[in-house]
Amino acid sequence: MLNKSPAVQIGELTVVRGRTTALNDITLDVPAGHIVGLIGPSGCGKTTLMRAIVGVQRITSGRITVLGEAAGHRSLRSQIGYVTQAPSVYDDLSVRDNLRYFRRVLGAPASDVDRVIAQTGLGPQADSLAESLSGGQRSRASLAVALMGSPRLLVLDEPTVGLDPVLHNDLWDIFHRLRDAGMSIIVSSHVMDEASRCDGLVLLRDGRMLASGSPAALRERTGAASIEEAFIDLINEQSTGDTR
Amino acid sequence: MSPTRTLATAGRVLNQVRRDPRTIALLLVVPSLLIGLMAWIFVDTTTFEQVGPAMIALFPFVVMFLVTSITTLRERRSGTLERLLTMPMGKADYILGYALAFGLLAIVQSAIAAGLSLWLYGLEIVESAWLLLVVAIVDALLGCCLGLLASAFARTEFQVMQFMPVFIFPQILLGGILVPRDQLPEVLRAISDWMPLSYAVDAINAVSTGAEDAGYIWLRILIIAAFTVGSIVLGSLTLRRRTA
Repeated sequence: MLNKSPAVQIGELTVVRGRTTALNDITLDVPAGHIVGLIGPSGCGKTTLMRAIVGVQRITSGRITVLGEAAGHRSLRSQIGYVTQAPSVYDDLSVRDNLRYFRRVLGAPASDVDRVIAQTGLGPQADSLAESLSGGQRSRASLAVALMGSPRLLVLDEPTVGLDPVLHNDLWDIFHRLRDAGMSIIVSSHVMDEASRCDGLVLLRDGRMLASGSPAALRERTGAASIEEAFIDLINEQSTGDTR
Repeated sequence: MSPTRTLATAGRVLNQVRRDPRTIALLLVVPSLLIGLMAWIFVDTTTFEQVGPAMIALFPFVVMFLVTSITTLRERRSGTLERLLTMPMGKADYILGYALAFGLLAIVQSAIAAGLSLWLYGLEIVESAWLLLVVAIVDALLGCCLGLLASAFARTEFQVMQFMPVFIFPQILLGGILVPRDQLPEVLRAISDWMPLSYAVDAINAVSTGAEDAGYIWLRILIIAAFTVGSIVLGSLTLRRRTA
């Protein structure tokens, strides 16, 4: 029985950017303690939705409640770990110096630096400059920053792009462990095979929500064998609906 | 506001500068070398006596402006600024951290420039060397804070460079270095009254000639400080947690 309140509640969210509607009337709940995947082609509004949840996106209309507060509320700043698509770390500092700085900004305990280095497997690179790291290592350094302190919600924008399969697997193991420890995680991806590793999915296309539910429920609903096929079925369903 | 976060930011910026020998050389050595070059060019004339003091106002100001504006622009573009603003980081903490770090560098830079001018390049001044140092420091701080502000209005390093001919060169032409300000055409004189560098040149000339009293010099120091504080305030207003 789920009696916990949702980590994120979004009601009728619309974001208009210039002349394009980046998000169109999105309503969804992210249950606490779940990994929810935002799935869709690039440009579908995943990043805008994540930015809105973190509270850095100016929204046109709608409501977003995060951990019981309006998105962007001051008290949320130490409770959300946000990882942007491009790794945001200081290239001219070592991994450890990056973490030390963000730790002081967050007011997290000093031991967190070693903890997140171990969690992201960056021990051998801890004293290398961020600019000398490979793409995957920099992504993990950026993730390590988000793991510091005690966030209750992680918002991860395509954290596994460009990773080799082993690292990819390792990262998903980390996500599952964090979820099992009670953290709520929102992760975006345009790779369908990641979808099956999530507890819940939100399929986005052109700023609209096509469907949401567990991977099994979505496959069942469309009778498709894979999430990818389910996605295509849902797109076709929607376009016949539009022409009707 | 949090002293911890301000100091953490200042420390982080200094740590970044420390890893870049070229920037250290540009900040600490180049202004003094340029002033020395001026002294050498005019070695057989009395011209250095007249323009030398103004050079102590000019070169550190320009160098601080360049280094600060590009450093902060890089932070705005790299995603680390956005990340910091999703954390419990005050806008004032951030700007003051930068101002503190570059302020310290400005003090060292001014001390080197003023010291070498007096004791190696043979610059003679009527007022005390301490007063010369105070004017030089306030002036270098001004360059640094204008740089912080300018970075908000540029999207690329190239655009920062464009501020040089547009905002810095006119201040050099009208600031009383080429022609004393009271001999300028009336319109230009009025324009120069609105340019902060004019007051630095006024003050430093007064220190060297002793033609004005201490009140005149301190009033100009106050005006430069007001421009400095004004650009810090405007600079922090340009930081937005929520963007389109």
